[in-house]
Amino acid sequence: MTAPRPLLVGAHALLLELPTEEATEALHAELLRRRAAGELPPVREIVPGARTVLLDGLAEPEALADELTRSAVPPLPPREGSVVEIPVRYDGPDLSEVAALWQVPPDALPRVLDGIEFRVAFTGFAPGFGYLSGLPARYHTPRRATPRTSVPAGSVGLAGPYAGVYPRSSPGGWQIVGTTDATLWDPAREPAALLAPGAQVRFTRVGP
Amino acid sequence: MTARYLEVVRAGALTTVQDLGRSGHAHLGVARAGALDEPAHRLANRLVGNPEHAATLETTVNGCAVRAGCPLLAAVTGAPCPVRVDGRPAAWGAPVYVPSGAVLELGRVTAGLRAYLALAGGVRSTPVLGSRSTDLLSGLGPGPLRDGERLPVGEPYGTPAAVDAAPCPGPPTELVVPLIPGPRADWFSPNALRILAAGGYTVSPASNRIGLRTEGPALPRARDGELPSEGMVLGAVQVPPDGRPVIFLADHPTTGGYPVIGVASQDSLAPAAQAAPGTPVRFVPVSRSGARAATAATAARCAASSSAAGDPAAR
Repeated sequence: MTAPRPLLVGAHALLLELPTEEATEALHAELLRRRAAGELPPVREIVPGARTVLLDGLAEPEALADELTRSAVPPLPPREGSVVEIPVRYDGPDLSEVAALWQVPPDALPRVLDGIEFRVAFTGFAPGFGYLSGLPARYHTPRRATPRTSVPAGSVGLAGPYAGVYPRSSPGGWQIVGTTDATLWDPAREPAALLAPGAQVRFTRVGP
Repeated sequence: MTARYLEVVRAGALTTVQDLGRSGHAHLGVARAGALDEPAHRLANRLVGNPEHAATLETTVNGCAVRAGCPLLAAVTGAPCPVRVDGRPAAWGAPVYVPSGAVLELGRVTAGLRAYLALAGGVRSTPVLGSRSTDLLSGLGPGPLRDGERLPVGEPYGTPAAVDAAPCPGPPTELVVPLIPGPRADWFSPNALRILAAGGYTVSPASNRIGLRTEGPALPRARDGELPSEGMVLGAVQVPPDGRPVIFLADHPTTGGYPVIGVASQDSLAPAAQAAPGTPVRFVPVSRSGARAATAATAARCAASSSAAGDPAAR
């Protein structure tokens, strides 16, 4: 496995860049393992991105950059553990349009999405919003040409290579194919986020 | 024990509860939040005998007015502004006693943007993920203050230090931002850093707690398009498609796809919080070691002023 490319960020952060999504996932998992094992210097935040992992709040980012780029990242261990199941009603306003883009009949779209093993690649946009990777390239979906001024909480959407669920009502440009009653984000709950980076996710069709 | 609280008489343009913010949740999309002018927040707390992490009220431009539901010791720091208790002038930057039932008013700032009101015992709104701070981007923490609202105040921590006045830097007439280039400086043409350093920028009125936006020359790009989303730090100078740099402040998004040309020194974030629209902005590219030395010097100055202001921890 290739070593990450280090980019220093300000005085106390380090951005590690990788060539692929799989390598990014493997590095993120390795950094979490090292932190849990006490093999990482104190760090405030470990934030995965699409092709990067950011380490923020380091005393000496240069030293860690040297060390991390000299050692190869172990490959990702086989995925195990629980899968977060999200019940979805496939009733979104953009379902027909997305089915047409995919060149499948609209009633086949739920089967396609239910069959994909998603993974939370990274978060952003709003607390608890996970960018779910795993869509095969033929199902990548462009954003809406005109974003909606308000997308309801629980909307299940697609944009580019990602699927995602809106934790709360907000403006948005994703193509909406369904709705869930799952609570994606509740700061009073432990954990607050249903979807954390690295989690495996499956949609399961409910209703008609 | 009688309830300790204050009642909001005039909420002002934007008054929020702030402490030192949230840590360790950026991977879930939660920004740090917390007081934008952190030294002013810490000083206000010290003046009333609070630990520096106690929650204060951060006002924006036109202050606020609160009625004491119990006897309160208060201190106002940050942007200079008239302070009154039941209409009578009171001290700014020093402890002020507010009898039960009296109205404490912070008037319009005479310079800068944000004033901080600390109360002995701290504002005790419900913490969310380890902080009482309002995060305007994420919608976490208590909402901005509303007229008529009551806020709980904690029991005083102890006897505050006897001080007459505390040193506070004035709001900047020119915002100087030491900038460590990278991580995506190579996405810009080679003269972009020169344009940044030439000082042709001013603070945009569209600035807020999420970011300080600028007006000025667009920074030319060497590469088009967006990056795959990557993590963002406090102080990141992100350049959206219009080419005008934005300095990320406390409520910034945790990931983003616009390239970051450099990172503002942590010391420049408090002055940035007080830089009114129209203030000239000059970015000064610096080395990583230079930036660290400057931060250490500031920390030493703060420690000195902290003992001058009678930091309870130092007694």
